[in-house]
Amino acid sequence: MNHTVIIGLEVHVQLQTKSKIFCGCSADFNPDHPNVQTCPVCLGLPGALPVMNREAFELGVKTALALNCEISSYTKWDRKHYYYPDLPKGFQISQFDLPFSEDGFLEIETNPETGERRRIGIIRAHLEEDAGKNLHDDAGRSDSQVDLNRAGTPLLEIVSQPDMRTAAEATKYLQELRLLLTYLGVSDCNMQEGSLRCDANVNLHIHQDDGHKVPTPIVEVKNLNSFRNVEIALEYEVQRQLEAFKATGIKFGDKGGHKTTRGFDAGTGKTTPQREKEDSADYRYFPDPDLLPVTVTEDYISSVREALPEFPADRRKRFVAAYQLSDYDVQVIVDQGRGFGDYFEEVAKLCGDGKQACNWVTQDILRELKERKLEFSEFPISAPVLGDLLGRITKKKLTTKSAREIFMDLLDGNGASTARIDEIIAAKGLAIVEDTGAIEKVIATVIDKNAKAVADFKAGKQAAVGALIGQVMREVKGADPQKVREMLIAALSQR
Amino acid sequence: MSLSGATAGELLLRLERGDLTAVEITAGYLDAIAARDGRVQAFLSVNRDEALRQATEIDSRRQRGAPVGKLAGLPVAVKDVICAKGQKTTCASKMLQNFVPPYDAHVITRLRDEDAVLIGRTNMDEFAMGSSTENSAFQVTKNPWNLSHAPGGSSGGSAAAVAAGMSPFSLGSDTGGSIRQPAGFCGVVGIKPTYGRVSRYGLVAFASSLDQIGPFANDVHGAALLLEAIAGRDPRDSTSVDMPVPKYAATVDEPLAGLKIGVAKEHFVAGLNVEVEAAVMAALDVYRKLGAEVKEVSLPHSKYSVAVYYIVCASEASSNLARYDGVHYGHRAESFKDMIDMFCRTRGEGFGAEVKRRIMLGTYALSAGYYDAYYLKALKVRRLIRQDYDEAFKSVDVIVSPSSPTPAFKIGELVDDPLSMYLQDIYTISANLAGLPGIVLPAGFSSSGLPIGLQLQGPAFAEERLLRAARMYERETDWHRRHPELPRG
Ligand SMILES: [Zn+2]
Repeated sequence: MNHTVIIGLEVHVQLQTKSKIFCGCSADFNPDHPNVQTCPVCLGLPGALPVMNREAFELGVKTALALNCEISSYTKWDRKHYYYPDLPKGFQISQFDLPFSEDGFLEIETNPETGERRRIGIIRAHLEEDAGKNLHDDAGRSDSQVDLNRAGTPLLEIVSQPDMRTAAEATKYLQELRLLLTYLGVSDCNMQEGSLRCDANVNLHIHQDDGHKVPTPIVEVKNLNSFRNVEIALEYEVQRQLEAFKATGIKFGDKGGHKTTRGFDAGTGKTTPQREKEDSADYRYFPDPDLLPVTVTEDYISSVREALPEFPADRRKRFVAAYQLSDYDVQVIVDQGRGFGDYFEEVAKLCGDGKQACNWVTQDILRELKERKLEFSEFPISAPVLGDLLGRITKKKLTTKSAREIFMDLLDGNGASTARIDEIIAAKGLAIVEDTGAIEKVIATVIDKNAKAVADFKAGKQAAVGALIGQVMREVKGADPQKVREMLIAALSQR
Repeated sequence: MSLSGATAGELLLRLERGDLTAVEITAGYLDAIAARDGRVQAFLSVNRDEALRQATEIDSRRQRGAPVGKLAGLPVAVKDVICAKGQKTTCASKMLQNFVPPYDAHVITRLRDEDAVLIGRTNMDEFAMGSSTENSAFQVTKNPWNLSHAPGGSSGGSAAAVAAGMSPFSLGSDTGGSIRQPAGFCGVVGIKPTYGRVSRYGLVAFASSLDQIGPFANDVHGAALLLEAIAGRDPRDSTSVDMPVPKYAATVDEPLAGLKIGVAKEHFVAGLNVEVEAAVMAALDVYRKLGAEVKEVSLPHSKYSVAVYYIVCASEASSNLARYDGVHYGHRAESFKDMIDMFCRTRGEGFGAEVKRRIMLGTYALSAGYYDAYYLKALKVRRLIRQDYDEAFKSVDVIVSPSSPTPAFKIGELVDDPLSMYLQDIYTISANLAGLPGIVLPAGFSSSGLPIGLQLQGPAFAEERLLRAARMYERETDWHRRHPELPRG
């Protein structure tokens, strides 16, 4: 049965603000000490009132601008009502009919082979407060507990158009979004800690012989808390809907074909039906009378726009052009995050060789990070130090081989400074020997000792030179192998 | 020594002269409460020890010559809807019977800063919903002028406490007339300030876009003193307005030259008690004699105010009261099957009939498919009501009206007639919908000896004008000097 997969994602991003969205409490992740980051406002105590956190609003605008959204000149806060123990006021402060931003897009690479890219539409991005966390079953028994540390932390909900056609595209969108958010510095996007949460709306359009397309019932898959889970859950759901349609023929809108909610079980890799909220149909939205509507001026938008950093997509294009790198190499660098790209660029500028800097950061550094199980932020060699080291190769003061040796030494925990580089070079005698007289002497001795190799060379076997280079290099450690080669050939030719 | 009937200004003078101490004053009012409140039942709790401790501390500071606040040593009774740290704040509801806030409302902070003595917590209609204080879950407050009559509501306890001489002044809250109607019923002065004049931080919300805290006192000057203490911008309330607070108490005695008084023709229609109408007319004559000009104005949309009010206040209440679910604080049902059952039973048991009625009304009005027809429409009419006032205030300085259609009704008289009860607020509701200030002061008595209130309304932030205009009338009359003779209990 031919079909088209229709996927839209709703992503909740916890914004990295100092304080919560409507009170002064810390917004830090703190699951080990429940209910310590609370006050009358986020506890929803009688009489307490919310006050909008301007920082949260600004981070929202920043993100929306990066997602190419229109920013509304007038926006307001609405109350969304439902009863749940982790929702202390009986309503969530959110945005309903006038979100602060709408109608944007995010470009993703849809075909790694061809580098083909496509825009995924963004319907809207709006701000809201997070709920607390229930630490119990849903039975509401008296021993149930609620942690309200998270209640009131700022959330940005980003709703995409149903523009994704495969599970892999959905994952790609999420990855690109995460990359953008971390570049902007608006969120740490830690999926395990819940600072990036994803729900997916998915259904199929089954192609009929007459050219018609029949939609299967839409399913909202909740709480996809890793990139892998997004892909597994969506692939499972596509197959499940296909089989369900084959078996029942129920289409969207039919009796039994309404939108349903399913949860993903990472253990089984399957989605299962979830209990629907009692009154999910009606949240009784209305404008929050405790908060003033927000008027957004053009000046404000421009000032936020001016402070925006370079986006990943722009950086990729720039790196390819500025450093003559391949699309693949640039992708690797940029996808590692903003700090990694900044690091690469600093090293490239200092050593004057983008390609060389690229090789080192994408191969040596990534390998060492992986082996040592380090985050990039923990990597001991700073960009100026690596830039200095690689600059010595560019300036022919050090061989690449010696530089690798020094690089490894710098990771030994005894400091990684330019002074340390000098020390290691001195201690190991790694400096390139500029004294050609000394090299000539060694060459003469080596040639004398290797009559057979000389004969081979005379007989036209160029490979014989290789063995001789090795012997010379063992004697003069800092010699430039290229130089040695040239001198050897010259010396041999004169015999 | 009897302090009964003393005004706040008189007490302050005697405190400053040193012929009275804060402890003597506080003890005097505590004695008055002990002697009278058994019959009036204005207080839900009395902070005897804490009040005396506070008074002692203020006296010692004054004796040392250390600085004291502007209200130093004056007792204030507080409606049980305003949070005070460590003091039970019940909203006269079973739901919050044992709720003790961990924080002070902004107005309580201001009162503490000015060294007012927090003498006790006053009774009210549950969650401020009602016009008689009969909707309290705990007790029925009596009108000190006639114990078989209601004190009005919802701030009936605060009004009765001042009228019965149990406190020189008190705080109430006004959502549709809850300060002004009981002030009229009890023969005291009450002010509903401009929306945003006083911070709502710590006022347990009934209808957020209408609620304002305001003072009761036994004279206009006292009301000015207390308003001055609590008014002003508070960054914790986004709707509080950053406007300088005039020295109300210092200017209250200055008459307004060339005062233009508006009388709305829509206010004098069927349902208005003849004695009330006569009292208002007599008051207008007093103003004329003082040189004021009286003009007719029109508030054409005021006929919709009660309907609009009950949509807006019920909608907001249904949302504001959603937090009382038994999870984090307040009443929780003892037995329940599951989570939903716990919510239902908790709310079923914790709320009284009037609160439930308004929650249901508001829930309905906000429901999908009804929102546009009710809530949105009400907001539109609300704007028209405000425009009526803006238009009227182009030609007059204040609008004079009754505070309610009748003097105090009998306890129980309207309990089974919610619509008539709702019409009690017909003269006061519009000011809340328009966000404008209003003051009520005593303007006579009915033939049966019940007080009649006179209301003055003004443009936004014209509290100073209202106080001065009210004082002009008060100076010419002695209604505020009369006090109820409570029968021996
Ligand atoms: Zn908080």
